[in-house]
Amino acid sequence: MVEMNMIKSLNSALEVQLSKDKNVVIFGEDVGFFGGVFRVTDGLQKKFGEHRVFDSPLAEGGIAAIAMGMGLNGLRPVAEIQFADYIFPAYDQIVNEIAKVRHRSGGEFTAPLTFRTPAGGGIKGGHHHSQSPEAQFTHTPGLKVVYCSTPYNAKGLLASAIECNDPVIFFEPKRCYRGPFYGDPHNVPTWSGHPDSDVPEEHYTVPLEEARIVREGSACTVIAWGTMVHVSEQAIKDSGIDCELIDLQTLVPWDRDTVVNSIKKTGRCVIVHEAPKTSGFGAEMSASIQERCFYHLEAPITRVTGWDTPFPHTTEWDYLPSPARIAEAIKKTQEE
Amino acid sequence: MTERVTATTKPYTIGRPPFRPGEDADFGGKFTEQPGDLNRPDPLTCSAQDTVPHSTGLVRVLDDNGTASGEWNPMLDAETLIQGLEYMMRLRIFDDRMIKMQRTGKLSFYMRSFGEEAIAIAQTMALETQDWIFPSYRQPGAQFVRGRDMVSMICHCIGNTEDNVKGRQMPVHYTWKPGRFISISSPVGTQFSQAVGVAMASAYKGDDEVCISWLGDGTSAQGDYHYALNFASTFKPPVILNVVNNQWAISTHANLATGGRTFAERGLAYDIPSIRVDGNDFLALYSVTKWARQRAGAGLGATHIEVYTYRAGAHSSSDDPSAYRPNEEFKHWPGGDPILRLKEHLIATKLWDEKRHEALAKKIDDEVMASYKAACEFGDLASGPYPPASTIFTEVYETVPWHVQEQREELGK
Repeated sequence: MVEMNMIKSLNSALEVQLSKDKNVVIFGEDVGFFGGVFRVTDGLQKKFGEHRVFDSPLAEGGIAAIAMGMGLNGLRPVAEIQFADYIFPAYDQIVNEIAKVRHRSGGEFTAPLTFRTPAGGGIKGGHHHSQSPEAQFTHTPGLKVVYCSTPYNAKGLLASAIECNDPVIFFEPKRCYRGPFYGDPHNVPTWSGHPDSDVPEEHYTVPLEEARIVREGSACTVIAWGTMVHVSEQAIKDSGIDCELIDLQTLVPWDRDTVVNSIKKTGRCVIVHEAPKTSGFGAEMSASIQERCFYHLEAPITRVTGWDTPFPHTTEWDYLPSPARIAEAIKKTQEE
Repeated sequence: MTERVTATTKPYTIGRPPFRPGEDADFGGKFTEQPGDLNRPDPLTCSAQDTVPHSTGLVRVLDDNGTASGEWNPMLDAETLIQGLEYMMRLRIFDDRMIKMQRTGKLSFYMRSFGEEAIAIAQTMALETQDWIFPSYRQPGAQFVRGRDMVSMICHCIGNTEDNVKGRQMPVHYTWKPGRFISISSPVGTQFSQAVGVAMASAYKGDDEVCISWLGDGTSAQGDYHYALNFASTFKPPVILNVVNNQWAISTHANLATGGRTFAERGLAYDIPSIRVDGNDFLALYSVTKWARQRAGAGLGATHIEVYTYRAGAHSSSDDPSAYRPNEEFKHWPGGDPILRLKEHLIATKLWDEKRHEALAKKIDDEVMASYKAACEFGDLASGPYPPASTIFTEVYETVPWHVQEQREELGK
């Protein structure tokens, strides 16, 4: 075990995969010589050569299409989209091509590939460096959608994503690259000393499709992913209520059993995500939960989310779900 | 024309920049292209084919000694030249002060135009006041030409109560409709094809307006660039489309991003007259843009311009270029410094002197400092006041729908 922040653990995952499988190639904007604007691919070009880790032209649509072509012909590309906000020129390739090729070709062709992309707010990134567009991909059959939250699960989930024969959209909460974020912009710790910063240097996987119970509890189930896992952890502390916290980790296909079993125990549920509420993934979960837990629910399922507005710059702390908003929602579930 | 250098050719070709950190940044001294090399075709009869030499050559007016010559010399009067110099100095001093503010935590982020000051300024000066500016984040200088108040610009960068975009966008993402300066967006290149639409609307309405837009060498890999050229070629609206080839897209040199020779040449395939111009030569930029304006205004359609320059600073305050290029590279750039070049020209023609230059620099610096202080009266980054949280919910739609209104009430601010 070595102490790593999320940037180092993702880098380690990529290094292990490049060593293990000669068909893995990495490319994207600024990922080669420079090692990525967030330094996730630092040192990989030097170690594995310029044809395995390289800078691409600045064109996300091109990056996606080239990755698909490589995947069709036997490679296992891991492409970086520099910010999730910039994935949309690639949307046609992802939604109409990459997600559907296995099905449309009767299973003859597949495109096993991973798009890594930093997502989420909390870095004063304004409209276009803050969005969390997971729901725009969970609504597309054929894609697996993953959202890591700690150095440990980042490395293990990325390994699973790369080894997966389906295309995976892999979201990295950029606010948590260097430390967990508990909702206080004036007090941002590093990963140092956090139990989830102990990361094996060697290969391991965290399975896709399995949620992680961060904290066991009996009074309310709180479900989150990405940065909101840590913000929710703080909110639970602040509320003083014995909540069970579930880090969903994989959104498609999500670990419904773990969630349903938890809610059958607690009878209450708060879903937290930073993306806007309308058609957010919380809506899908909420519908599924009531289908299966209706007679166990003691209170309405509540969502605490980003607002149905563009992500702001100056006022981002009023946009992102805060520990206070989440704690209030938790308390409200106890009143019913 | 610089030959493309490749580092490896197998299994596929990977380009490489001219120099990496630790290497001697030697571009071979001066440009081989000289003022007078290229003719100035008649803008009203010029075809794309007539610009073949212009798309691979380099239009220059100022030589390496600051002397203006050749058919492209716009013969500007002293007042215009000094005004151009002042705008460029204003932009550089403003940028220097703002990046200092960013480093001391007084702005969240910043992007300089360092080394590229001539571009937006000379080009906007060559246009008419009714023409539309559709910039990327490296052309804020156009606002000085159009008369925007510095206090208003700084209020935007701080994101305080007087920010005209209400704290919604990152610093440097200016919007300024009074100057016909359209809102800057972070996703690169989107403005380029939108600019063609703006120009089509001007044509449709019969208004004598031209739209100018810019994107970078890196961004010309995006589909939006090619959409713009193709629609402009098809519909021939009054638009001026500039590729600012400043060599670097964050850490990615143009050699890694295209196998083509010049960016200008691409326009010829779309049958658009295409010109490559020294982007650090104020006079050449002014002249080429004026020429393009004449064509557009006469209903002859688009001009495609490659502005050949060098990004002297970091991509942004989040970037560290010393990791991927030699620090002294800009000092060796054959195009030199656009401000120094115009200054030398003015001094050589006895229109300017060091004393006046220093006095002007001092005056601008004082003005920037005073503007910063005045802007902070409306709120600074550390302590505010900021735009109220209610601005999150307004102007998402024309009127606030019920579900957004409910969320606003839930926030309770």
